[in-house]
Amino acid sequence: MSMASLQASTATNFQRKRLMGFTVPAVILIYFAYIFVVFDMSGLAERVSIENTRTLVSDAYSYKTHVTRDNRDGGVSIAIEGERKGRYAEGTAPEWVALGTETLVDLGDDHIVTFGETQVTYDIPGYGMIVTEPGRTGVNATFPTDEIPEWINASKNRVSITTDAGRLTVTRNRSEVFRYAMGWELFFFTLDSPYHGMGFGTLLSHAANGEAGAIWSDFWANKMWRHADVAWALFETILMAFLGTFGAAIIALPLGFLAAKNFTPLGGVRFAARRVFDFLRGVDGLIWTIVLSRAFGPGPMTGSLAILLTDTGSFGKMFSEALENVDGKQIEGITSTGAKPLQRYRFGVIPQITPVLLSQVLYYLESNTRSATIIGAITGGGIGLLLTQAISTQKDWEEVTYYIVLIIVMVMMMDTFSGWLRSKLIKGDEGGH
Amino acid sequence: MAELSTSAIQTDYMAQVRQKRIMNTILLVVFIALMLGGFATANDRNAGGFWNGLPMLLDFPADVISEAYSRAELLPGYFVKYFPSLIETINIAAASTLLGGLLGLVMSLLVTRGLAPVPWLIGPLRRVLDVLRAVPEIVIALVLIFLLGGGPVPAMIAIALHTVGALGKLFSEVNENASLKPVEGLESVGAGWTQRMWLGVIPQVAPNYLSYGLLRFEINIRASAILGFVGAGGIGYDLRNTMSWGQGKFDEAAAIFLLLFFTIVVVDQSSSYLRNRLTHGSAKGEIHA
Repeated sequence: MSMASLQASTATNFQRKRLMGFTVPAVILIYFAYIFVVFDMSGLAERVSIENTRTLVSDAYSYKTHVTRDNRDGGVSIAIEGERKGRYAEGTAPEWVALGTETLVDLGDDHIVTFGETQVTYDIPGYGMIVTEPGRTGVNATFPTDEIPEWINASKNRVSITTDAGRLTVTRNRSEVFRYAMGWELFFFTLDSPYHGMGFGTLLSHAANGEAGAIWSDFWANKMWRHADVAWALFETILMAFLGTFGAAIIALPLGFLAAKNFTPLGGVRFAARRVFDFLRGVDGLIWTIVLSRAFGPGPMTGSLAILLTDTGSFGKMFSEALENVDGKQIEGITSTGAKPLQRYRFGVIPQITPVLLSQVLYYLESNTRSATIIGAITGGGIGLLLTQAISTQKDWEEVTYYIVLIIVMVMMMDTFSGWLRSKLIKGDEGGH
Repeated sequence: MAELSTSAIQTDYMAQVRQKRIMNTILLVVFIALMLGGFATANDRNAGGFWNGLPMLLDFPADVISEAYSRAELLPGYFVKYFPSLIETINIAAASTLLGGLLGLVMSLLVTRGLAPVPWLIGPLRRVLDVLRAVPEIVIALVLIFLLGGGPVPAMIAIALHTVGALGKLFSEVNENASLKPVEGLESVGAGWTQRMWLGVIPQVAPNYLSYGLLRFEINIRASAILGFVGAGGIGYDLRNTMSWGQGKFDEAAAIFLLLFFTIVVVDQSSSYLRNRLTHGSAKGEIHA
């Protein structure tokens, strides 16, 4: 090659490189611009629900206690998150509520709400006393200032006051105060458990005195957080992944032989086996889930079978590729000792492909834990179901947060576990069979 | 060496083999017990049992196929009708793969030993990638749907975040095998970090990146269809609507099934062809993430 032609080709190469360096980012940018338009990103700002965001974020790390007065009969009830499961027993109250003929609710920072016989008052430091009188005709409210600030929402039948300390809503039939506090209340014990509110040290001493079983069962049966159900759901999800992955591997192994060139000389059989794999993979987990849930109903079995079917396709393809790469010499060696076909497979082929197959199957185990969560959310089973249920109530965001944390921990643990098993099994295989 | 007679070696070897066989048998028995026990448990917890459901397995596909067959002339119309949704599903997958790939590229350079500009950030950033990889897309998507309303954007963000985690890790494994010589050469002429990465590392690893990116795209197409099913737009959403309508719209459901099936097959085949070409015909084992 002459100097001139070398230089010319280098120059064109450079030209092309430069063009590429400019074109590729430009194409990506144009594509993003197109996506921006078709996904209507500019309209996103209007669609974002600020209200929902605020509820979600504050609910994720705090809880609220409702103090509710029934304005018709004067009864006062106190419940965490307003749920029946978190209700204080009759006559009991947290220390910031003083029960009596007049109920005093101390929201902190000198914010005091009083439920009187007929009046409900809210004393706000720096603003004054708001007096409301709910009755048959509506809610009559008097404010200390003529101009009503924006954090008060008053109409004939409803007054709602939102401050940093809490929130008061008065309607004709009900007066309700929300007091916010940090943390996930009742996570360990519900209010009806004798162990609620005990410190860790006290609990430990109770446990040492033979109450460990009772403490555990109170925790485990916690109606608010349902620890037993959650643990079971996690187990169910892992079960789906386990059954689906290994079931698929068991089915795909013989089929893989049928699709491998060096084991199945019949082209027709090979072709059929490969199309079966393509079909199973192409139909995809979503459609399998739908079809299977029609026959088997919702539950972990449906999920396992959906994973099993999809992965039989993936494994079949991978296994047949691995089988096509086996070393023929080992099989010949085994044959020379007079081994029958089955023995040839067992001692000539299986030891060669086991490490490859196992590591692929174990990779899938981790990713299928994630798929099982997703399939559970669609078909109803495992932690995916609990998560969708909690999200669809649109108020149990602390539970949603809890489940998300659990899912992440579960997937990461499965990742670690499958990695550990992989190194263990594959290393253990080196020593012959 | 002490006397090692042939028979001693033989007995020793046979003892080892026996022990190994016993271990393998125990493992096999445990595994079979786990499979059977797991199957029984899953069966108990399912709404309909496995053996009751098995005869009904083909009922639903038969319904769908017979309805689609009886109105076969309408199918082309349905293909046209649902084509825009299909495009949306593909766009969600493509945009999230691109976005996640670009972010994953930056992340991968930040977590590779020898390339990272801030070495003490490697550990924390790797944990971030681990978490991103561990969150199932549906979790983020459902929360974002609550905040942003339905549509493609929540799905795109959810898939992109997962993609950052998955590709970030794979890319960093590729980076570790990149030669550092061009990087050192560039450094000696005073190139900044961005220039060293852009001119020294990226050209070496770009084919592998592309190959992993294509594999991710295959996975993301499926994810995008699934997220549509829970309300994030695209063909999955239409599928759910026609499905919940039930009998009478099964022909439309069949059309959507077919569209989805062919899209997945076409994307799978063309991407595996492209990936084979990128790695110069050497059909490497698929890396799954």
